[in-house]
Amino acid sequence: MNGEPVIDVRGLTKRFGDKTVVDHFDLKVPRGSIYGFLGPNGSGKTTTIRMVCGLLKPDEGEGTCLGYDVLNESMKIKNKVGYMTQRFSLYEDLSIRENLEFFARLYGLGHVRQRVDDAIASLGLEGRSKQLSGSLSGGWKQRLALAVSMMHNPQLLLLDEPTAGVDPKARRDFWDTIREYSRQGVTTLVSTHYMDEAVQCDRIAYIAYGKKLLDAPTAEIPGRLGLHAFKLDNGDLEKLTAELRGADGVEILARFGASIHVCGKDREKLAATVDRIRGEPGVRVTEIEAGLEEAFIYLMANSDDNFSVGDAA
Amino acid sequence: MISFSRIAAVFIKEMVQMRRDRPTFAIMIMVPVMQLALFGFAINTDPRHLPAAVELRDDGPLTRSLLASLKQSTYVEITRIVYSDAEGEELLRSGDVNFLIVIPENFETDFVRGAQPEILIAADASDPVAASGVIGALNEIARTAFAPELERLPARLRGGAPPYNVVIHRQYNPEGVTAYNIVPGLLGVILTMTMTMITSIALTRERERGTYEALLSTPVRPLEIMVGKTTPYIIVGAIQAAIILLASRFVFHIPFMGGVGAFLLVISIFILTNLMLGYLISTVARTQMQAMQMTFFVFLPSILLSGFMFPFQAMPAWARTIGEAIPNTHFLRMIREIMLKGAGLADIKGDLVPLVLILLVLAGIALLRFQRTLD
Repeated sequence: MNGEPVIDVRGLTKRFGDKTVVDHFDLKVPRGSIYGFLGPNGSGKTTTIRMVCGLLKPDEGEGTCLGYDVLNESMKIKNKVGYMTQRFSLYEDLSIRENLEFFARLYGLGHVRQRVDDAIASLGLEGRSKQLSGSLSGGWKQRLALAVSMMHNPQLLLLDEPTAGVDPKARRDFWDTIREYSRQGVTTLVSTHYMDEAVQCDRIAYIAYGKKLLDAPTAEIPGRLGLHAFKLDNGDLEKLTAELRGADGVEILARFGASIHVCGKDREKLAATVDRIRGEPGVRVTEIEAGLEEAFIYLMANSDDNFSVGDAA
Repeated sequence: MISFSRIAAVFIKEMVQMRRDRPTFAIMIMVPVMQLALFGFAINTDPRHLPAAVELRDDGPLTRSLLASLKQSTYVEITRIVYSDAEGEELLRSGDVNFLIVIPENFETDFVRGAQPEILIAADASDPVAASGVIGALNEIARTAFAPELERLPARLRGGAPPYNVVIHRQYNPEGVTAYNIVPGLLGVILTMTMTMITSIALTRERERGTYEALLSTPVRPLEIMVGKTTPYIIVGAIQAAIILLASRFVFHIPFMGGVGAFLLVISIFILTNLMLGYLISTVARTQMQAMQMTFFVFLPSILLSGFMFPFQAMPAWARTIGEAIPNTHFLRMIREIMLKGAGLADIKGDLVPLVLILLVLAGIALLRFQRTLD
């Protein structure tokens, strides 16, 4: 993870009409890392990814992607970037093989047949290569899309909510593949809503309203926020929830199965509130270390969904 | 910089998609067949019982013999007999009759004297198909009607030309467009409709389905997409042209006078021009629905102002000016010249150059309009 950053952009800004979707965004993605984009819907994740790979022209800002200028060298960037769109964007009326062949030819790859055969084999779809891609299940569509975006051995992989609507098993397999690419030196920028995906990332940028609120190595994020947390279990959880919600020092309250987590930045106030509960019959209170989960719930609670902007824009 | 293999990739992809999209493909083939059947029916039907008036300014055995023959014939139905120009013209103008047959003053005496009196047939040729069939028949009717009378005439009148003249006035349609004109014209109209329509959704469909984003994320260039996406439809256009030509030869017996080379060149340029027009629409239209609406916006002038529907020279100046900018106008002129008059490339230069210019301008604008980004 040394050398020049793969993505290095400064002040990236995009407006649609009078709405600023991405607002003076800085981003440095080190080579070989898995970089996560988190944030509510409409926070500008997709728009940022599209600007990085030359699909949208930034209104302001500058920078490079793989050493090429994002403003006027987008053709060169496209040759070395694999982009997997949020919505399935392969041809549903083409077969698996035809889709792979089409994109292999667009990237000007040699030995198309061999490459496509290899891709089909590594997908484990040998017997189904003539199946129309529109008839594949969500998980298979996503794997095919990943295979297509990796056809030309890109140095940078841009994944926009790649596992939306995919079952947990397929999701885990997908991430195994991404980590394998990462080991081979491929840099990945991925946007996600899932916590189990966020923890896979080396570094995370949290975005809301087109602005970056936080950018840190994944492991450091809870500490950066300075959150303290207590776990309460046993006892009458309904009653506890009602009592604790909005109580002094409790900034977030979340149910995790048979327990309640309360978090806040002010440890003293939080501890005092929890102490009052301690006396209640059967309640067990433990202080825990605030994790990523708590951190993101905290971040999201403090940045409402900005639906008005629209994520697809 | 332009990569042939990328063009080939887009081309192959379009061919596969076209093959999978059976209904659309079927429509492309059915349109010419259907149009031909519809128009061909109108052409083939020998019109019968068309209302006609006779303006009698003379009377006598010859006139009565002609009247009797006309009444017997099934081509026209003598609905009125009038005795003045004013009455006759009013009937024709109002559309109460399609034909006015005028027997001039002193017809009988002039006939016998060998002064070759003129029988005037004024035809409302605004329905050219109907008019032309009947005009031919009327000539024949007159000949048979006068045949027995001719027998009794002195030999000097019997020999060469008939002792009368039939003068035909096609009114309201001076060009006298006939079936021969319609089928080649149909070629232009069908190609305009289908070629423009099919490429008008070329990019729009990709945009609507979301595949545009994947396409744009690759290093493919706008020109490569344009060429790859339009060439498959040249083949479709060629099939359509072949169907129409075969029908015009074997069903409608229209002569093909010109050279095949000139014909192929003209038709290829015309097909390309329409593909570009459609492609240009697809760079503008946001949805497939919009693309269709814009296509219809192109159809109407192509049919109405190109000289297909109305004779070009009879249109007002402003309409002719618009007409000159329509590809179909130039195509129709060239194809009629080639097919019916045997014109060569040199003869059609005046229309070939404008058509090529239109093609280049359309392709240029389409490329400029093509957006390399999703903005």
